[in-house]
Formats: sequence, C-alpha cells, structure tokens
Amino acid sequence: MSRRYPEYDVQSKRGGPSWNDVTRQIVDARLAIPREPRFLDATQWTILCALCACVVPQPQNRPEVPLAALIDARLLADHGDGYRDARLPPFRQAWRIGLAALDAEALDRHAEGFAGLSRTQQDELLADAQAGDLVHPAWQGMPSRLFFSLRLAHDIAAAYYRHPVAWNEVGFGGPAAPRGYVRLGANHRDAWEPAEARPGAESRARELNRHVR
Amino acid sequence: MSAELYLEALETPRARGGRAPDVFSPTGWVPMREYPLDEPVDFAIVGTGAGGGTLAAKLAEAGFSVVAFDAGAWWRPLSEFASDEEHQQKLFWTDERVCSGDNPLVLGTNNSGKAVGGSTVHYAMVSLRFRPEWFRSRSLLGYGVDWPIDWQDMWHYYREVEQVLGISGPVRYPWGPKRPRYPYRQHELNASALALARACEAQGIDWTSTPLATLSAPRDQAPPCVYRGFCVTGCSTNAKQSVLNTWLPRALKGGAEVRDLAMVGRIETGPDGLASGVHYHRDGSWHFQRARHVVVAGYAIETPRLLLNSACPRYPDGLANSSGLVGKNLMVHSNQAAWGLVDDEIRWYKGPPSLAISEHWNYCDDNKDFFGGYAFMSQGPLPAAWAETQVGNRGLWGQALVDEMEKYNHQVGLKIVGETLPQERNRVSLADERDAYGLPIARVSYSFCDNDLRLINHAMRFLRGGLEGIDAREIWSETEGTAHLMGTARMGDDPRTSVVNADCRSWDIRNLWICDGSVFPTSGGVNPSLTIQAIACRTADRIGDMARRGEL
Ligand SMILES: Cc1cc2nc3c(=O)[nH]c(=O)nc-3n(C[C@H](O)[C@H](O)[C@H](O)COP(=O)(O)OP(=O)(O)OC[C@H]3O[C@@H](n4cnc5c(N)ncnc54)[C@H](O)[C@@H]3O)c2cc1C
Ligand code: SF4
Repeated sequence: MSRRYPEYDVQSKRGGPSWNDVTRQIVDARLAIPREPRFLDATQWTILCALCACVVPQPQNRPEVPLAALIDARLLADHGDGYRDARLPPFRQAWRIGLAALDAEALDRHAEGFAGLSRTQQDELLADAQAGDLVHPAWQGMPSRLFFSLRLAHDIAAAYYRHPVAWNEVGFGGPAAPRGYVRLGANHRDAWEPAEARPGAESRARELNRHVR
Repeated sequence: MSAELYLEALETPRARGGRAPDVFSPTGWVPMREYPLDEPVDFAIVGTGAGGGTLAAKLAEAGFSVVAFDAGAWWRPLSEFASDEEHQQKLFWTDERVCSGDNPLVLGTNNSGKAVGGSTVHYAMVSLRFRPEWFRSRSLLGYGVDWPIDWQDMWHYYREVEQVLGISGPVRYPWGPKRPRYPYRQHELNASALALARACEAQGIDWTSTPLATLSAPRDQAPPCVYRGFCVTGCSTNAKQSVLNTWLPRALKGGAEVRDLAMVGRIETGPDGLASGVHYHRDGSWHFQRARHVVVAGYAIETPRLLLNSACPRYPDGLANSSGLVGKNLMVHSNQAAWGLVDDEIRWYKGPPSLAISEHWNYCDDNKDFFGGYAFMSQGPLPAAWAETQVGNRGLWGQALVDEMEKYNHQVGLKIVGETLPQERNRVSLADERDAYGLPIARVSYSFCDNDLRLINHAMRFLRGGLEGIDAREIWSETEGTAHLMGTARMGDDPRTSVVNADCRSWDIRNLWICDGSVFPTSGGVNPSLTIQAIACRTADRIGDMARRGEL
C-alpha cells in the first residue's frame, strides 16, 4: 500500500467518468499480461528478474508489479524507442548483450551468475555499469554506461511508472477522460484525486481515499 | 502488452471509398473526394502535420486539386485515445533512426509524430510568435542568418493561424509589438503555473499565461479543455486544436483527398528534370501518384531523408540539393529545466503542462554572454516521463528512485525552449540500415556549440535563482534535453546558401516545394508550430498569386 496516499486505489475510478472505454481496456490488458517469459530464455529471465528488483525495489505487502514480464512483452513485440544512440545496437540485441554481459561480469568477479549474487553485490555491479567501468568482452563494445542509463534503468523504470500500482504510490490522479479536473490551485483537491497523508492527518486521508470514485 | 487493442487504424487505411473518419464522432465518417493515380493532381503533399495539413486546406480552398499523404494513421480521438502514456505511443514516429554526435538526440515520443495531423496530434499546444528581430538576426542581432521573409508579413499570418486555432491567451502580451486580442480568453492557471509566476516576480521579470491551442470555451463541435493533462499523449476530448481537427476537416470540405497509412518512398523526376509525382506504399504495395507539383512536409528528419532517398542520375546528391545543404543545419531547441520541491501540493498532472510562460530572455538582450534567446514555461510531466527524467538525467535508480518519485505531487519546474545556432555539422544523412519498406533510415547527428552551452548556463543560473526565490528545496538542473526539429532545408535569398526561397519553392526544381519545420534558417527561442503554420498559410497565398499571374 502507498505510504503517502493510504488506501488510494486509482482503479476504484475505473467504472467512473475518469476512465473511457479505451483506457479501461488497455489498462486491463496490461494487468493481464502473462507472468512467464515469452521472449527471453530461462537464464536471461532470472537475470532480468534480479535486475528489476534492483532498479525498482518493491514493498512486500502488496502483489508485485510484474516488471520482468512487462519488459519481456516489450521485447517480444520488439518495441524499441523509435531511435537509438549510435553506440547501442538495436533494442532486442542491446538487451540480449546486456543481460549476458552482466552475468559474465558477475561470474568473473564472484564466480556466481548475476541472479545468484547478494543484493549488495548486484547493486555494486550495477553502480559500476552506470559509471561505465565494466568492459568484459561480453559487452561486445557496447558501453555499459549507456546500456545502463538508456536501456536497463530506463526501460524498467518506465514500465513501473506506467503501471496503476505505481500511480497509487506517487499520488497520480491517473486516467482522466472525459471528466478531467476542476480545482487547479495549490493544495486544492478534487474529490476524485488521491489525498495525501500529512503528518497527523493520516486517518482523514485514508477516509478521503476510500471515497475516490 | 495491449498490442492489438485500439490499433485498427494502424492496420488498414481508413480514408477510401469516398469517405474519411469523422474526428468529431466516435465512429462516424465524412465524405472525401478522391483522385485517380494516372491523372496528375495539382499538388501531391507528403505529410499532413503543421506544414502539410495547413497547406492542404489552404490550397484545396483556393481551388487546386490536392492529394496529401501521411505514413501515419487516421485516429478518432473520442473513441481511440486512452489516458495512458504507454498506449498512446501509437501517435509517434517510432520507426528506427540512429542518433550520433556529442549530444545524440532523443526522438520518438519526445520529438516527432506519425499520424494524420502530424506532431500536432500530441503537441503541448504552446502557440508563440517569433520575436520580429529574429527574421533578420544576422543584420540586427549579429548571429545566424536573415530570413527572406519580413516580420510584418509573418505577423499577418500569425494572426490568421491564431484565429483558425481559437488560441486562448492573455489580454495583454508583455513582450514585443502590440498584437491583436487572442480569440479566446486565457485559461485558469494551475499551481505549477502560479509557481512560475511567483518565481518571475521574485526575479523581477514579466510572465504571462501561455497562448495555447486548446479551447477555453466551446467552439463548433469542440468542447473547452477539461484540464485532464494528457495533452502530449493526444487529446481525447477534441479541446486541443490540432491540424487533425482544424485544418484537415477544412481540407476535406475544400475537396482535398488525404491518404492515411501511405508512406512516400521516393519523388520521381521526369526527363525535363521536374518532379512528376510520388511513389508511395499503401495496403501492402507501391503505387505512383502523378502530380504537377510535389510538396514535402515530413518534418526536419523525414523531409531531408525523402529528398536524399530520391536521388537519381540527374540529381545524384538527392533532390533540391545543388547547394549541398539538404539535411544540414539541423536545429533543435535546448530544453533544459530547473526542478525543485515545495511544501504545497502542486499536482502538476492537472491541466495543459505549460500554462504560464516568460519570454523575458527572448526580448531582453542585456548582459547576455551568448547570442539568441529562450522562453521558459511551467511544467507537468506525467509519471513515466518524470521517472525517465530521474533515471536519464539524474542517474537515480533503486530505493533512491522510488523515494524521489513519491515527491511527485510537490514538484515544480521551469523548462526552457532555447534557441540553438545553425551549424552545418548537425545533419540528417542516410544510414546503411534499412526500414520495413527497404528504404535507408535516417542518421541524425547533433552537437551543441559553445554558444548553445552558454545560453543553457545562463538559463540554468537564472531559473535556479527563480526557484530559490520561491523557497523551493532540493533544486537540481536537468542539463540534457532537446525538443523540436528545424532547419534541414533552409529558406533564403540565394540558391548557393539555401534550399528553398521565401515561398518554400526549391531553387533547383521549380515544381518541388518544402513546407514544414525544415525551412527555418534560425530556430528562435519559441516552439515552432505556429510559425510553421503561418509559413504554410503564406506559401498557399503566394502559390495562389503566382497561379493567377501564370507563374506557377
Ligand atoms: C511531445 C511534443 C510536444 C510539442 N509541443 C509543442 C508545442 O507546445 N508548441 C509547438 O509549437 N510545437 C510543439 N511541438 C512541435 C510541433 O509539434 C512540431 O514542430 C510541428 O508539428 C512540426 O510540423 P511539421 O509540419 O514540420 O511536421 P509534423 O507535424 O511532424 O508532420 C509531419 C508528418 O509527415 C508524415 N511523414 C513524414 N515523412 C513521410 C513520408 N515519407 N510519407 C508520408 N508521410 C510522411 C509524418 O507521419 C507526420 O505525420 C511538440 C512536439 C512534440 C513531439
Ligand atoms: S488538458 Fe485540455 S487539451 Fe490537454 S488533453 Fe485535456 S482536454 Fe485536451
């Protein structure tokens, strides 16, 4: 559950005037994606699952957003960004190389695949990737820094913040057509927006959020 | 993934059999005239965005026969636009492009559209005029090049476009020569815009409510804006006045045909060296449309790509390229921002993203250590876009990212649209890779010059000062970021140093025209769509005049 917006669930508005048919259907489809890999093989999949947990750690007290499945679905559809930095190979290839290279780096450093490392070891390796310090031949010349910022962290973070659970966490009003909003000023909230739990006013926020429709 | 839902418009062309989608209805149609392939039409127009769509309407209304082509789909906003960042990527040009240079551009959802209506289907609606001096920046301000068009001429056409789009704007615009009243009243300011207002007041400069192409009152079949805030993913209410729901309905009424899902791959030239028509891919095969005139309006990457891809023995370096400038002088706007945190709940997802603006540094030249100017605007990024900024520009991931994202509703930001200088090394060329049609894809190389970087530094200092002035905390600068594309087929007075003349007519091939963001000789410090549409209106009037005088 969201810490700042207790009991706010953007999906409680699903049947109301903030969600049109097309939004309902495409969000439903996103929530229903298969949880098993369809593009990546078993080894790549376990590495990806570990990477997702590093880039967006999720709380234990709610069902997990299936980040690896969302990335796998994007790979299956070969949905790149529509452009790429010339130093990176195309979308699928960048992911394939990156997953294999991080695994190779882990084996080199700890004699254990990436998924088998401790979280601290994984985080350290990723920090080195972000700094551009990883140069194992398995990278095939792809700069680890760019893979990290333009593919790995970029794609995982985007997948997460396109999911309704993340909207609850950040207090985003979510889909808003056709109703839109009325109160635009600072500290003004429409009744169908998340209420923030200001210190001392948590139960009030909880109450308001229960009535969001 | 929602791959199959609500994507029918991408699968088979809709505009055929004498009808086209009615954008004002969830499922309806409007009549559309059609033209045969083997009889030349007066104008074949490639692209239906700010340049091509506007020109199609004006030329059709002037009595010319017009067929306009767009590689993208013909959407019906009321039934097909979701409130969703991911799904709405269907509006963008996401065929592969390769980006290089010191500052490789971020394209895709950041930069260009692929739909009937072009990039205006997802633009943020900011509708600004150029500062008059910019049309003679070399002579009056000492940088760039002069435009071959006079500012007063442009101001006449700006007015025309503002009326057509029903721009909502302030009663008094603080900068530049007196301008006529905007047709619609300004929008209410959201908290994000009021933060800009206070930051400007703290710095002692003017600000105003942004002139926007979204309605503040009903108009014909379009309702006023409901402040849902998903503008850059497409407006599902039709409040946004885009080419899709303004110029194109006029084009159809005027007798133009618009072909959706029609990718033009090559412009043909005849033995006389003139353009004879376009080869386009639609419905799984290539077709040829004969035309007396061809207009290229594909925006500043696809336009030079098509001209270069149309090379032939007579024009081995591509069409209209005797100057060697096709693809060169690519310009963007620097798009840096200062961000900060405040105690107030801002909730910047409500309303169009940029409701307030300051053009102070476009009009004031005091103590600048750089050429050019910049505007800055209030912001309202949606969550995934905001997360991408945190990852890409700030390097956050892990718990730090999650914690930062939770501050979403308390964030304020000021973002520039900064002028960049034309440089020949910034260019669009052809890569070895090919797309699904077998056509070489674009390689886009971009690097800021020292002047661009000085402008950015000035802006960052100033904007951070503004945020400090309103007691924002945790202030940080987003130092990367660019927007908009201009300049790869510039207009000018001299065939040796420009690709087209003031009328958007190519110097080399007199029945080949270019009418979109590519023709800008300089970029100015304002968003380009109003200027592109004004140029298109002017071009249409000039074509009408020339036709009457028998000079076409
Ligand atoms: C997210 C976003 C926000 C923006 N916000 C603003 C704003 O607030 N204010 C502003 O002024 N500007 C804004 N812009 C920029 C503005 O939308 C563009 O500058 C403007 O639309 C460009 O006009 P154009 O006619 O040159 O090209 P476009 O409007 O991009 O139209 C080009 C069309 O040509 C088609 N095309 C290209 N090549 C071919 C081919 N070979 N065959 C067939 N069709 C082809 C494309 O599919 C496209 O539909 C924004 C852009 C984006 C991406
Ligand atoms: S805020 Fe207004 S213009 Fe933007 S999408 Fe909503 S209704 Fe359309």
